[in-house]
Amino acid sequence: MKFGIVTFPGSNCDYDAYQAVVESLGEEATYLWHKSHDLAGSDVVILPGGFSYGDYLRPGAIARFSPIMQEVVAHARRGGPVLAVCNGFQIACEAGLLPGALLRNASLQFVCETTRLRVENAETIFTSRYAAGQLLRIPIAHGDGRYTADAETLDRLEGEGRVVFRYVGAGGDVDAAWNPNGSMRAIAGIVNEGGNVLGMMPHPERAVDETLGLTDGAPLFESLLARVAA
Amino acid sequence: MNRYRVAVHIVPRRGILDPQGKAVADALHALGFASVQDVHVGRHVVLELDADSEESARRDVRTMCERLLANPVTEDFEIEDVVAPAAAARA
Repeated sequence: MKFGIVTFPGSNCDYDAYQAVVESLGEEATYLWHKSHDLAGSDVVILPGGFSYGDYLRPGAIARFSPIMQEVVAHARRGGPVLAVCNGFQIACEAGLLPGALLRNASLQFVCETTRLRVENAETIFTSRYAAGQLLRIPIAHGDGRYTADAETLDRLEGEGRVVFRYVGAGGDVDAAWNPNGSMRAIAGIVNEGGNVLGMMPHPERAVDETLGLTDGAPLFESLLARVAA
Repeated sequence: MNRYRVAVHIVPRRGILDPQGKAVADALHALGFASVQDVHVGRHVVLELDADSEESARRDVRTMCERLLANPVTEDFEIEDVVAPAAAARA
């Protein structure tokens, strides 16, 4: 299976994603330059973290107009899997692949720490190797991660099982104390209507190997491998 | 074709938590400006563009705001006066 990892000017997690795919998962990966119109036969596209275009205007607002994004959107519309992490999540929202927006953290501080997530939906192509309700430890590193949408959109996401990850405490409880950025309803990750685009602020690619200290991100990549290769 | 200068105010939509505005309000209170009730911090964008008329310049900028300059999910925008640079230079 081939993963295409988009590199925008200012991306800085593209290499982490490459390592996760090639070294930890043992699959093929290729970088996709933002000016390209070619997905190079990728089965899965990863929009990695970073600060594309310096976060000018709003995070993701400019990257969304990169030539490669036309192909990524077409891939997503065909049902192709897209994993959008951190800045990738912001770009996916700006591009209209996912509803809502990511605003400045409520604390106004850049937050870099390990968070606890609860798997809210283990039926997606990204989460089949997790159990519903399972608690994960996955790091975050962002200044603009406060998920925001209108009440109607939030209700629809909840009703359709499209909230995939939520920030929780050690006991799996939702509380403002465990919400690192003030996201509405403690939302950490969502999928699109087709279930083939996942946007999440936490970094699963930084939690795939014992040497990194965390491994809870690995099943996400294994889920993709199992479902997409099938 | 005339050249116009158009200024746009983009602000967080009312009702959406604006931590930056709140932090500035707190700082103003700390300075003794107890009269301050609410603060919202946004962006101010100034564009120079060629258009057939003031109306057309305004229409173009409105489309730019809807498509790029403002996030339709979280922000509102307001187009300020549209001025021809000749007039702006005199001002």
